[in-house]
Amino acid sequence: MFMILGYPAPLMFGQLLLGLINGAFYALLSLGLAVIFGMLNIVNFAHGAFFMLGAFVAWGLLEFLGVNYWFALLLAPVIVGIFGILLEKTLISRLYKLDHLYGLLLTFGMALIIEGLARNQFGSSGMPYRIPAILQGATNVGFMFLPNYRAWVVVASAIMCLVTWLIIEKTSIGATLRAATENAPLVQAFGINVPRMITLTYAGGVALAAFAGVLAAPIYSVNPNMGANFIITVFAVVVIGGMGSILGSIVTGFGLGIVEGLTKVFYPQGSATVIFVVMVIVLLVRPAGLFGKAA
Amino acid sequence: MKLSRRTLLGTAAAATLPATARAQAASIKIGVLTDLSGPYQDLAGTLAVASAQMAVDEFAAKGFKVEVISADHQNKPDVGASIARQWCDQGGVDLITEVANSGVSLAVAGVAKEKNKAYLPCGPATSDLTGTACTPNTIHWVYDTYMLARSTGGAMAKAGGDTWFFITADYAFGHALTRDTTGFIEAAGGKVLGGVKTPFPGTTDFSSYLVQAQASGAKVIGLANAGSDTVNCIKQAKEFGIKQKLGGLLVFLTDVHALGLDICQGLLLTESFYWDLNDGTRKFSERLKARAPSKRPTMVQAGTYSAVLHYLKTVNAMGAAEAKKDGVVTINHMKAMPTEDDCFGKGTIRTDGRKLHPSYLFEVKKPSESKYAWDYYKLIATTPADQAFRPLAEGNCPFIKA
Repeated sequence: MFMILGYPAPLMFGQLLLGLINGAFYALLSLGLAVIFGMLNIVNFAHGAFFMLGAFVAWGLLEFLGVNYWFALLLAPVIVGIFGILLEKTLISRLYKLDHLYGLLLTFGMALIIEGLARNQFGSSGMPYRIPAILQGATNVGFMFLPNYRAWVVVASAIMCLVTWLIIEKTSIGATLRAATENAPLVQAFGINVPRMITLTYAGGVALAAFAGVLAAPIYSVNPNMGANFIITVFAVVVIGGMGSILGSIVTGFGLGIVEGLTKVFYPQGSATVIFVVMVIVLLVRPAGLFGKAA
Repeated sequence: MKLSRRTLLGTAAAATLPATARAQAASIKIGVLTDLSGPYQDLAGTLAVASAQMAVDEFAAKGFKVEVISADHQNKPDVGASIARQWCDQGGVDLITEVANSGVSLAVAGVAKEKNKAYLPCGPATSDLTGTACTPNTIHWVYDTYMLARSTGGAMAKAGGDTWFFITADYAFGHALTRDTTGFIEAAGGKVLGGVKTPFPGTTDFSSYLVQAQASGAKVIGLANAGSDTVNCIKQAKEFGIKQKLGGLLVFLTDVHALGLDICQGLLLTESFYWDLNDGTRKFSERLKARAPSKRPTMVQAGTYSAVLHYLKTVNAMGAAEAKKDGVVTINHMKAMPTEDDCFGKGTIRTDGRKLHPSYLFEVKKPSESKYAWDYYKLIATTPADQAFRPLAEGNCPFIKA
């Protein structure tokens, strides 16, 4: 058996893979944040709450309506997305002309309220949510037993990231969107309904968070704090990747998952802090983030 | 001096003033400091506050008023200590109780001692509360890491679990639990092969640690954590098909409820209270149902009831005004009186502040064995009160030696 840095190679490969799986969640969540920030200029602190809502909607669909995981994966993002539209129309749309700070405060307040209500209703230990039958069990990939469900998480997340990136960078809708962020009045002059477009973009970002929430439901306990645990890390990912950069958030999400995974082997106590150490270093060397354009 | 009717009335009024002041001073205020928003909310939290209130309502104090207030310590020792300090300085609080989270509870123990108030921790686990960090103001009520280590750890070591790997929550509680369990493993001739310390709070993915534990080849993976950390560990161990035995060193009823019996079945765990243990515990749980219909109490919530009840009995015996004056005197009175309630039966309190009662080793039932809602445990073994906890001489409690 050969060794890597004093650890048996199979163990290291296993840890790299686990890091990648966590990275898949970071990538999906930071992608939604980047889309919203890039297009709306809103720092969406309620993102973790929408992630949690996605998981709870999936749980509720199964518990009360008998809707299975696969339909929940489609339905939960739509339901949470509609909720996002409501919030955007009633609250967030009032803030576009103001400083970033107002959006940050508003969405942070929304997150506290949503999470508080969920805690009040469901307590903190969480709800059980089973892995769908077809993805149960694990496969021996040589160096470790990889649960089938985790493999699916990486695949689903990678596909979702790719699709989002393609839509924004390669389609005409995406081009209009990007144009609208640069110069909204001009795009509006071409007869395009910019406010509606912005609302739908917000809904899309929120739906991405809910999608990640459904993916997470069978792995972590479905509990009201699940989003709060993720969101701070995800913000660090977005900052490291470069605020608003789609590609940056995807690459950094997966990359930092791996960095964190390795820290869990060498110095577990530091695994909660390592991403912030990276953030500090990146901000010192490249203040706009790894993939961000200097303002 | 001419004595007019007016001055006479005035003097009479002035003379009654100290009397009213005394009557006001004789109202007792109980502060339930707990986790109302974090991972321990379900096992303590609002139901612990309700249990304290129920003790007050049932006792129906004669001759003095009792008020229960509560606050969220957010699992931060600094937040908990400053709430406790404010309660003592301005809030007129006489008793601080519950305080799930060992780190917070150690900080509050210092405040209670400094302000000379009564302190009855129910939720925290660390055995240091009656060991190196003991104070004459503290009675540690429900359970501690030594009790858990002896019962669950001892039983698993006896059943052939002689090599261990620990997944430890990186703060006072996890460290104490790992230390105490290691003592029992080594005494039984076993060995600890390794361990990881995981950041608390904020760790949700334990797969990396579980795979490390698997690679260590240890027969038992000791989970020195609690609440949603334990829930996530057990859930993910199942997902990764980990064959080693899981030593859930602190598992609460609410954790089993959250995981479901199909995942938890066969798990060994130790508690000092289970709602369906005997007639007393069932009666208590039935009464508490009026306050939270869909829930059953954990040992922490039952303990809060028991602790507050015994405190009120003591206050009644010594007089409220007397009890307010000096926390240490009140605590000494409590230690001198035997305890009795529906939750823990008859018990005593040792001089170092350790409340003594039996501990119970349970096994989680198979789904097919569970006949009704919350029917989760079957009793495997009982450790009598005089053996369940660390002997007085081994605790190194500073004020006992002095």
